[in-house]
Amino acid sequence: MVKLDVNGRPEEVAAEEDMPLLWVLRDKLGLTGTKYGCGIAQCGACTVHVDGQARRSCVLPVGDVHGKKVLTIEGLAQKPEGGTVSSPVRLHAVQQAWLDENVPQCGYCQAGQIMSTVALLAANPAPTDDDIDAALSANLCRCGTYPRIRRAVHRAAAALKGEAP
Amino acid sequence: MNRRDFLVSSAAGALVVGCAFGPTGGPVWQHHRRTGEFKPSAWIRILPDSTIVIVIDRVEMGQGTTTSSAMMVCEELEVDPKVVKVEAASSSRAYDNPDPQLGIQITGGSTSTASSWKPLREAGAVAREMLRRGAADVWKVPLAQCVAREGAVHHGASGRSLRYGELVDAAARQDVPKVTLKKPGEWKVIGKSIDRLDAAPKVDGSGVYGIDMKLPGMRQAVVVRPPVRGAAIATLDVAAAKARRGVVDVFAIPEGIAVVAEGYWEARTAAELVKVTWHDGAGGAIDTAKLIASAEKLLDGKGDKAHAHGDAYAAVKRGTRVEARYRLPHLAHAPMEPMNATAQIRNGRCDVWAPTQAPGIAQFRVAEALGMDLQDVAIHTTMLGGGFGRRLYQDFCVEAARIAARVGPVKVTWSREDDQANDWYRPMAMSSCVGSVEGGQIVGWLHRLTCESVLAATGGDFVGPRLPNGAPRALRRMFADSPPRMFARDTILDPTSIEGTDPPYAIPNFRVEYLPLDTGVRVGSWRSVGNSHTGFVVESFFDELCVAAKLDPYEARRKLLAKAPRHLGVLELAAHKAGWGAPLPPGVGRGIAMVASFKSFCAQVIEASVEGNRVKVHRVVAAVDCGRVVNPGLVAAQVESSIIYGLSACLKQQITFAKGRVQETNFNSFRSLRMFETPVIETHIVPSTESPTGIGEPGLPPVAPALCNAIFAATGKRIRTLPIEQALGGPA
Ligand code: FES
Ligand code: FES
Repeated sequence: MVKLDVNGRPEEVAAEEDMPLLWVLRDKLGLTGTKYGCGIAQCGACTVHVDGQARRSCVLPVGDVHGKKVLTIEGLAQKPEGGTVSSPVRLHAVQQAWLDENVPQCGYCQAGQIMSTVALLAANPAPTDDDIDAALSANLCRCGTYPRIRRAVHRAAAALKGEAP
Repeated sequence: MNRRDFLVSSAAGALVVGCAFGPTGGPVWQHHRRTGEFKPSAWIRILPDSTIVIVIDRVEMGQGTTTSSAMMVCEELEVDPKVVKVEAASSSRAYDNPDPQLGIQITGGSTSTASSWKPLREAGAVAREMLRRGAADVWKVPLAQCVAREGAVHHGASGRSLRYGELVDAAARQDVPKVTLKKPGEWKVIGKSIDRLDAAPKVDGSGVYGIDMKLPGMRQAVVVRPPVRGAAIATLDVAAAKARRGVVDVFAIPEGIAVVAEGYWEARTAAELVKVTWHDGAGGAIDTAKLIASAEKLLDGKGDKAHAHGDAYAAVKRGTRVEARYRLPHLAHAPMEPMNATAQIRNGRCDVWAPTQAPGIAQFRVAEALGMDLQDVAIHTTMLGGGFGRRLYQDFCVEAARIAARVGPVKVTWSREDDQANDWYRPMAMSSCVGSVEGGQIVGWLHRLTCESVLAATGGDFVGPRLPNGAPRALRRMFADSPPRMFARDTILDPTSIEGTDPPYAIPNFRVEYLPLDTGVRVGSWRSVGNSHTGFVVESFFDELCVAAKLDPYEARRKLLAKAPRHLGVLELAAHKAGWGAPLPPGVGRGIAMVASFKSFCAQVIEASVEGNRVKVHRVVAAVDCGRVVNPGLVAAQVESSIIYGLSACLKQQITFAKGRVQETNFNSFRSLRMFETPVIETHIVPSTESPTGIGEPGLPPVAPALCNAIFAATGKRIRTLPIEQALGGPA
């Protein structure tokens, strides 16, 4: 049994310790927003946060995540405070920026791109283009949405800054 | 007839029952009686609660067809595209691509907007007119006083309005009318950069791609594939694999050895326990170095005439002779989502859920593999994680159906390695060009080209499904098998091999010859198909001729395009926006190229510099003419996408074989452009009133030649072999 916290919910999964977190999320917990692209830490489609750090879940044995906090794309949007089950979620500023810049094409890489961006902005609220290159070059997009991702990162950074007290 | 299967046209011909309310015996009325919906055609359903569903028959693989298709319908239907629901179509003859070259349900060839332009607007108009007529009947007022606007019909004089949902009954009673389409001046939606309609599920993780499919009781499978395509099992021991926890069954299928388990990880790790040896067979002899050597030799001989005017053989003996040989490698498509399919067989019926570009072909191939009739196979298109041509080929659907036949509902997921090693590759292409220049003019050009035939490999896919649904299976198979044979024997010259070899430039003596190449490598359509290699050769060699004739490559093209206004339009726009001729920083070169493909036109100016074996692409300025533009934002996105896809290919990518084994097995050896390498890209659109043409692919062919021309301008080094980084001595 591996115990972990996924998107704020405690989970106990019967999984072999060396099973990658990616397949635990997708097959055992039904969280299919995190994608498989390469299985060898080359594409970033499987990016999730573990204790706030962006990690490649395809090469992360679930045993190493025991007792840790995992955040996936499904956990990014917030229920408004005091909201009910059916109240619409509020998208994270990064997700909203993705919509505003019409970033996704096929969309398959975008969960990973968004999770990498959220981690980047948490560490560096005003990234330069070079910072974006450094943080996001590990995430492949075969549809070639990079120019729009870059714009969306800047837009999200501005939005988050505006919302800060 | 399947209930989706009727079209506007058949509805129009439906028998009219003598009744005050139109054809209440017709299919539109019958559908309404059964479901309460108003469904005037295969593309539109209006529910009593005013939900408007638009069925998208061209597959969305990121190119934006969901949004542009909905826009075309909504323009005439008089609704805001933001309020409609979009739904992917299942396999049905009603959605056959009306493009005469395709003619089955398929998305490819950059045809979506072009082939839907009229039918989708007409479908919107028919629905609107039936709703207006319905309202006129309800209110008993003249039709001319009923105005459709924002999802409702309004009667100005009385101030009354009925939402479309309130009119489903009255509208379904109407005859299907003849309609006139709105004039461009009346458009409210077409031509606007509205936001994509398919984006929300792609940013919150809720979108269901093929790989995310789930059925009750579903198992998951992987396939252990032979290291060489076509290899046969020599010895097989599945005991250890079967003994692994969570494994359900392990058995041989034509594609390899199926490993079925409770989950993907169990299946994948059990696959490593399968002990198998193989007889490589003929495929084991495939070796890229040898293929290159034999293709080189082919080019020494004469080929079949593909294009000719004047006397190129005589002309190349005059003036200054220029000779060059070009080579482009095999390429994988590598869409982000690996191949996968989910299948279930129940009560003599097979259902397949898959990210496919061609449900029509999938239906045909699955039916053939299982010995079922076409109408007993249904293909449900899921979201697609990219396509680029790979998902035209339905091997992933067929094998899932086979495995489901034995184990029940199952999802089969390919690894990235499976995908890289079992693609339908872009053909390897080699060209020999000889040209001559005299007195500052290009006087002759002789081009010999060899590459594998895509249609010899895949042509059957496109004709098999064309026979009507009830056709005997043997006949269908015969029908499907004949064109590949004709292309393979070179009885017919494969048009996709030579497309793009006949440039619009007025060159007095010109000849193209094609030499068939049979390598045993399985090839297929790769984004922009033949143009992806011929564009490189033609636009690179034209540049070489300009250098020899001491001509400016932009001005020289311009002069020879006097009779080709649309080519000229994009060329001039790209050069103007890029500042052709303006000084550049030291070390940076500028290159230009122009290729027309899929009835669209695209010119690009690229600025690049070289350091060691690294190429830095600074800026790409693209100009396109794709006729009327439904959504300029989507056009720009497709041009950016094509440029980045094309840069990945020409800078970094190749598929090579050693003893029949693909050497580039994952993203570490089959490399793609990343964020830090991505240049500034500008897209400019030439305004046009022509009918829309393709845009998913035409942005790609000019990339490689414009870049290599820029590298030549920067360094004096001419790159004739792709990928560029390897040609410059970088990593293989
Ligand atoms: S799937 Fe994990 S990095 Fe590619
Ligand atoms: S949007 Fe398709 S791979 Fe990134």
